[in-house]
Amino acid sequence: MTAAGTEGTSGEGAGRTVALTRKDFSSDQEVRWCPGCGDYSVLTAVQLLMPELGIRPENIVFVSGIGCSSRFPYYMNTYGIHSIHGRAPAVATGVATARPDLSTWVITGDGDALSIGGNHLIHALRRNVNLNILLFNNQIYGLTKGQYSPTSEVGKVTKSTPFGSVDHPFNPVSVALGAEASFVARTHDMDRKHMQEMFRRAYEHRGSAFVEIYQNCNVFNDGAFEGITAKDKRADMLIPLVHGQPIRFGADLEHGVVINRYGEAEIVEVSAVGEDALLVHDEHRPEPSLAFALSRVSDHPEMPTPIGVFRSVDRLVYEDQVSQQLIDAQERSGPGDLRTLIEAGHVWEVTAPG
Amino acid sequence: MTTETTSPSGEPEVLQRVVIRFAGDSGDGMQLTGDRFTDVSAAFGNDLATLPNYPAEIRAPAGTIAGVSSFQVHIADYDILTPGDVPNLLVAMNPAALKANIRDLPPGASIIANIDAFEPRNLEKAGYAANPLEDGALAAYRVYPVPMTLLTLEAAKDTGAKPRDAERSKNFFALGLISWMYTRPTEPTIEWIEKRFGKNDIVRNANLAAFKAGYHFGETAELFDHPYEVQPAQLRPGRYRNITGNLATAYGLIAAAQQAKLPLFLASYPITPASDILHELSKHKNFGVRALQAEDEIAAISMVIGAAFCGHLGVTTTSGPGVDLKSEAMGLALSLELPLVLIDVQRGGPSTGLPTKTEQADLLLAMYGRHGEAPLPIVAASSPSGCFEAAFEGARLALKYRTPVIVLTDGYLANSAEPWCLPDLEALPDISVPFTTEPNHDGDFWPYLRDPETLARPWAVPGTPGLMHRVGGIEKRDGTGNVDYDPDNHDHMVRVRAAKVAGIANDIPEMEVDHDEGANVLVLGWGSTEGVIKAGVRRVRANGKRVAQAHVHHLHPFPRNLGAVLGRYDRVLIPEMNLGQLSKMIRADFLVDVEGLNQAKGVPFRAAEIEAALMEMIDR
Repeated sequence: MTAAGTEGTSGEGAGRTVALTRKDFSSDQEVRWCPGCGDYSVLTAVQLLMPELGIRPENIVFVSGIGCSSRFPYYMNTYGIHSIHGRAPAVATGVATARPDLSTWVITGDGDALSIGGNHLIHALRRNVNLNILLFNNQIYGLTKGQYSPTSEVGKVTKSTPFGSVDHPFNPVSVALGAEASFVARTHDMDRKHMQEMFRRAYEHRGSAFVEIYQNCNVFNDGAFEGITAKDKRADMLIPLVHGQPIRFGADLEHGVVINRYGEAEIVEVSAVGEDALLVHDEHRPEPSLAFALSRVSDHPEMPTPIGVFRSVDRLVYEDQVSQQLIDAQERSGPGDLRTLIEAGHVWEVTAPG
Repeated sequence: MTTETTSPSGEPEVLQRVVIRFAGDSGDGMQLTGDRFTDVSAAFGNDLATLPNYPAEIRAPAGTIAGVSSFQVHIADYDILTPGDVPNLLVAMNPAALKANIRDLPPGASIIANIDAFEPRNLEKAGYAANPLEDGALAAYRVYPVPMTLLTLEAAKDTGAKPRDAERSKNFFALGLISWMYTRPTEPTIEWIEKRFGKNDIVRNANLAAFKAGYHFGETAELFDHPYEVQPAQLRPGRYRNITGNLATAYGLIAAAQQAKLPLFLASYPITPASDILHELSKHKNFGVRALQAEDEIAAISMVIGAAFCGHLGVTTTSGPGVDLKSEAMGLALSLELPLVLIDVQRGGPSTGLPTKTEQADLLLAMYGRHGEAPLPIVAASSPSGCFEAAFEGARLALKYRTPVIVLTDGYLANSAEPWCLPDLEALPDISVPFTTEPNHDGDFWPYLRDPETLARPWAVPGTPGLMHRVGGIEKRDGTGNVDYDPDNHDHMVRVRAAKVAGIANDIPEMEVDHDEGANVLVLGWGSTEGVIKAGVRRVRANGKRVAQAHVHHLHPFPRNLGAVLGRYDRVLIPEMNLGQLSKMIRADFLVDVEGLNQAKGVPFRAAEIEAALMEMIDR
């Protein structure tokens, strides 16, 4: 088995290593998203961030499902698997469990992760496999040319819903928190710095890290998030979550979030309730209820919407425990011996007759 | 077929072979009773074969036909090939067990019935208007009514067991009685009970008391003239143990990983009758086996693909419904050209079908159950112990040719037991394949630059510097592996993937034929029918007829001499537990007008059925 370098060390051996650049993480393949697609800015953010993380490209695996964003691995000069629709979290679970030393990333979309692959997403999060899951949410099926998705708003008129969609959408952050993900964050494609901060936090987190990225599909769902992510809207429409700080937003930080008597998060005027009444964000609370309450502040990207890290807690990591059981078993019983195994129980000898 | 020798009363009468069927309610412990009898007989040195048969429901309503569970064991003093066509002795723990099994009993067979269970309520549940033990319905049989429940309660009286609990020991009473009847040693069973129930004094003592009471009842009750004896068989010299197909499959996979020098990675979803392989491999973590229970069948194979990409020997185990679900991912693995093994323990289908019964109707699913041109190698096991070789061979082909491989076993092989002549572990081949660690094309790494001989692509695993590459289900350029929609390239890739699998024919043994000089009829089989076909052939030859027999172990590609063999015979019979799937493949590939002997009853063929079909064909 080829020995892989340890995550976080960037050289082979002890010698000094040359600093890597974006180029080292970019493949030679032509990027084939539509001009103006939000995916470009996510790709740039990731490629620019990678050299800063100090991992060698050969120790990184990108796994994707099917959809526009799932072409992502082809553009990274790392190991990569473009798998089948919805199954990326399961494929990545195999990668991470077989090789816990690798940095494993899942690239998925709202249809891929929340519709056809919903089961694998929640189970990867539940198990707390050490994966960085980037969910590109554009609230539409792009690759199949514009059907509504499980995150599309009710009433969405598309080719498959000419009279408007009737099904209630998922809030991806609420889903992830409901599955007890140990790290949950949200960012958007218009703010590279914020994306990179979230991706870095995801990378640094041991366990399943789930990042929802509001991403614009300029062909089939243009401007879906413009009401909150446009430069002139952000101050009033994005609620930055900062650990240890009261949750406030607005040009003059005039708005805030409190927890009301029902345990729900509610937007208030700071002047009306006083600063002390504001909820102080604690991303490390073991109990996910407050984070869930925050995820419910907005169910539609036309309302003020929290971004940042909702939750970051330490929990036992799946593949660490799988590996530990192997170590424990070998310490307990010694390395496996095939002869001993097959001769366990009753064995008898037949000799040639007389 | 029982050869009897006269014996003075009281002395054991020597039989060459006997077929016993234990039948009772699902809760009566018949599988355990059968297992114990089997182990003791194996230890005694008999050749044997078993046929467990149980309902899919964990506890169907007590006393009903639906809840009947049975275990048939065939023991002999010579090498036998099947669990026996018909029982010589039926142990019926209740009326439903009698009713469900009586049709399989030939006239003159013996029945030991627990008369305590033949009371009005149970008779009614089994659909008997009158008690068959009393109304003459069983006149064609030798019936031994034994009050097993009463005698068990009596025996367990002093153990402190409550009557309700003590009654549950009656299967050990039956085991004790049958152990006396067939002169089995008692010590192994006593030791086993002491070990198994050592933590619970009351249960252990009740079971021991019931077992001994059953044995002594045989000795003293004068119900039986004399016990029987089946001498040890003279099997091929070697070291033996008793083994089921699922256990042999698990061992074959561990052996393959060892001989491939790779960690074994198993991801499976529980499914009858394959779950025991998952259970077994989950125990052996000290062999470095990562055994994962996935959230569903699709996740299981997806995890295996991820692990295979990382250089593990990836395996997923399932049954028909799971194969359906995994088909898209099998196509992906085939397109990624990564090695993995899918074990399909076939059961009765379609849909949920007959989860606990056997069938071999997934052959065409294995062949064609994926969209697009998606050929892959198929290996089939043909006996319980043969599952070891089949699993090993599946892994060998997967690794060498970088392809998913389907290994077909079935419910009968999975649960049936037979003595296994232990393989020479030193002689197991080295099946390791090297990882690629250096660029292979002008300083670049081309993930689809093929080995000219095997057509396998290089296997470069994450962590290897300089060989970063992306693979995906989209068509890719041969060589570079880059996404490519070019018409000629796709045509080439479709053909090269097929050629890679077809080329395996040169890497597998030719089919052996057991041929009688002058025979013009060939019986050709695959999978678990091998034993019963050979038993049928023995009967045909005992009738003075000539016949040839051959068995296909590699279903895709076929052994390279198959066409030539078929051409030597006027008529070919293909018995299958399906409606003619191998027949269809043979007709398509060789234009030979084979005849099928087909059944889908959920139970194996009987030797007599094979014999009859062959006799008809030979005499035609």
